[in-house]
Amino acid sequence: MSTESSYYVPEQSKLPIITATGMGLMAYGAASWVIGGGNMVFTAGLIIMALVMFKWWSIVIDENMRGLANDQLKRSYVLGMLWFIFSEVMFFAAFFGALFYLRVIVNSWLGGDAAIGIFDDTPTDAAVANNALLWPGYEADWPPMVTPDEAANGANATFIGPDEAMSFPGWSKMLGWLPLWNTVILVTSSVTVHIAHTGLKNNNRKQFVGWLGFTVLLGLIFLVLQAEEYIHAYQHMGLTLDSGIYGTTFFMLTGFHGAHVTLGTAMLAIAWFRSLKGHFSNEDQFGFEAASWYWHFVDVVWILLFFVVYVFD
Amino acid sequence: MAHGPATLADGWRAYIARWVFTTNHKDIGTLYLWFSFAMFLLGGAFAMIIRAELFQPGMQLIRPEFFNQMTTMHGLVMVFGAIMPAFVGLANWMIPLMIGAPDMALPRMNNLSFWILPFAFAILTSTLFMEGGGPNFGWTFYAPLSTTYAPDSVNFFIFAIHIMGASSIMGSINIIATVMNMRAPGMTYMKMPLFVWTWVITAFLLVAVMPVLAGAVTMMLMDINFGTSFFDAAGGGDPVLFQHVFWFFGHPEVYIIILPAFGVVSQIIPTFSRKPLFGYSSMVYATAAIAFLSFVVWAHHMFTVGMPIAGELYFMYATMLIAVPTGVKVFNWITTMYKGSLTFETPMLFSIAFVILFTFGGFTGLMLSIAAADMQYHDTYFVVAHFHYVMVAGAVFSGTAAIYYWLPKWCGKMYNETMGQVQFWVAFIGFNIAFMPQHFLGLAGMPRRYADYGLQFADWNMVSSIGAFIYGGAQLMLLYNVIATIRNGKPTTEEKTWEGAEGLEWTVPSPAPYHTFAKPPEFK
Ligand code: HEM
Ligand SMILES: [Cu+2]
Repeated sequence: MSTESSYYVPEQSKLPIITATGMGLMAYGAASWVIGGGNMVFTAGLIIMALVMFKWWSIVIDENMRGLANDQLKRSYVLGMLWFIFSEVMFFAAFFGALFYLRVIVNSWLGGDAAIGIFDDTPTDAAVANNALLWPGYEADWPPMVTPDEAANGANATFIGPDEAMSFPGWSKMLGWLPLWNTVILVTSSVTVHIAHTGLKNNNRKQFVGWLGFTVLLGLIFLVLQAEEYIHAYQHMGLTLDSGIYGTTFFMLTGFHGAHVTLGTAMLAIAWFRSLKGHFSNEDQFGFEAASWYWHFVDVVWILLFFVVYVFD
Repeated sequence: MAHGPATLADGWRAYIARWVFTTNHKDIGTLYLWFSFAMFLLGGAFAMIIRAELFQPGMQLIRPEFFNQMTTMHGLVMVFGAIMPAFVGLANWMIPLMIGAPDMALPRMNNLSFWILPFAFAILTSTLFMEGGGPNFGWTFYAPLSTTYAPDSVNFFIFAIHIMGASSIMGSINIIATVMNMRAPGMTYMKMPLFVWTWVITAFLLVAVMPVLAGAVTMMLMDINFGTSFFDAAGGGDPVLFQHVFWFFGHPEVYIIILPAFGVVSQIIPTFSRKPLFGYSSMVYATAAIAFLSFVVWAHHMFTVGMPIAGELYFMYATMLIAVPTGVKVFNWITTMYKGSLTFETPMLFSIAFVILFTFGGFTGLMLSIAAADMQYHDTYFVVAHFHYVMVAGAVFSGTAAIYYWLPKWCGKMYNETMGQVQFWVAFIGFNIAFMPQHFLGLAGMPRRYADYGLQFADWNMVSSIGAFIYGGAQLMLLYNVIATIRNGKPTTEEKTWEGAEGLEWTVPSPAPYHTFAKPPEFK
């Protein structure tokens, strides 16, 4: 409930309409790009968006530094950020849900097994017929190294399964396994961003700036390793976006996660540059806190991914 | 902010700048309302084309491919362009007034949420002029029809949905932040007007499911262009996955459409019954219960898809459960009217019609929720009749009621009561002539989404088309009434337009000043 005696009402603003134009151009441009129409419009939209976002954040930061943003507005920003993160959670939920459904239910159906073994695990006639008539020879397995298409049509198939999966390579080879290192890096980075936060709370600038910078570095290392992993998958493992449902879910889940790590790293980097300029204090830390909440969220998503995509087969 | 809003007298440029750069919740609300009305007319034009073609059996006016584009675009434009933005417009106008806030919590983002929409719908509509035509796979865009077999324009559809979703999420976050953070002193949660309550819960649903819709269209985009196999069994995917993801969004979506409508009638019925709303807190809990249940019933749209029997049973019973909180609401509206000193001005007429016809639609919903029976009803006109009873007689009637109810507050002019009532009766009669026969058609076995039909369905289709044209005419009357009111309506300056009205919005002058509650009001 409001405790202010008067409110903050901003002036008219040109920012939103420019942003909307940028978004519109990007949307139209992306669609014409994927159907082969060139990427001019998309790029124009992207440039507009990048510039206007930069301007918008600068203005908000500037208002904040000049003390125009009162406590109530700051609470609105906090709420905005938290609910934005919730919407991101739901976006990932769609992909995790898809993975669950494809892996646990669809895969066994395609292989002619029972649907869900909770109530009754005798294969239904439909599942058996589905396998025998449409995908003869396909056996349910995860990770699926052979697609149903491949099992039924051999070399004529459109979707050819991967040669190798990204799964846990066994304890002996564990130390050479990138996903493990990425997990270590992200978990560490959640701790380091927390240490930075404690530094800010205790007015220890050095601790704050230093550990925040270190967190940004960890984020960058994570991204480099992931790029490395992707290149390896494409070049040496035959694991690509079109190698059936395993490639699909693997790249889409880790890819969207990677995109969010990129965004999170960018937010932290902005906070870090601001911290170098002396921004943030115990009383005024929303920009940094928002980035750190986002970072924790990205970290939690990774841990889920690590288990359901990499570890449990 | 000393200056008032620019008017035409300040010159065109200042006037346009006012609307384009505005951060004022009333201006943005107005923009949303006009935009949604424009989309309503566009979607309505598509509907008229559909009904004209179905007036008689055989192909008369358009080709079947174009018919498919019309049914698809009609659904998309009505749901995402007309109904949703209309209620966001009402939220923008009324929530700050109702909770005693000076504006929305994040005014610039508010303007952005609106201005994305014209771009999104320009992109969507432009697909109709593209090679291969616009989206033709139904508003539910089931894969693989919308992936493997779709025209190229599907990509434009996908990105249009993406930015619409961004707009909805930002709009909803704004509403949540406003309600949680901007209430006047004394305005505790359990004193908030019901319209505000239903909107916060709706906003929560939107933030939860719009990202899932974004996920669904992203999977489509990847399947179409980048070789993934989410919806392709050959690669180990499943077209049914699409339906699960879509309806996990889609069912909450229908409540996103109806909950704010519940809120509106919960404001209007007490006013014209001159009694407080019966069972206020049970209304709040019922709304929350409906919202919660809406997450766990989605596969009632998929009874015929080949689910395991346990799934069929679960989704059947869970769906039936929704009738309980919905029943609580209907009971409360009726009990509010019971022994009230009722008068029947236009907003009240629309609200009463809402209660009756929405309840009817709820009953057909209950019929559909019986899995065994739905094997017969599914994908017939019975389903079409069901959802038009809940969405048109539900959401659109309630939106119309809201316009008549708050128009005097918005523009300080009173609409012509006779004209309002005439419009109501034309809409009410037209609606029932259009959609009641569709129940009979569906029960007799007429499938939905076909450009042609067997001779045995001819009579009722003709009746239905006539009703649809009447109902379409009623919308032009509404437009006329609104414009006539704004231009030559009888001025009214009273704070309290309606004798029985309660709430903070009725404590400010009419028309509501450009800036209200610069200092928070005291709410007892
Ligand atoms: C008591 C409440 C309700 C119940 C039990 C119910 C049940 C159902 C069922 C079982 C179906 C699937 C029918 C089929 O495709 O075979 C359905 C379809 C539908 N319902 Fe409802 N419903 C209820 C309320 C609503 C409300 C309030 C709305 C929206 C305002 C709504 C909108 C729709 C729509 C749009 C469809 C069709 C979607 C499509 O296939 O295009 N329903 N309903
Ligand atoms: Cu439903």
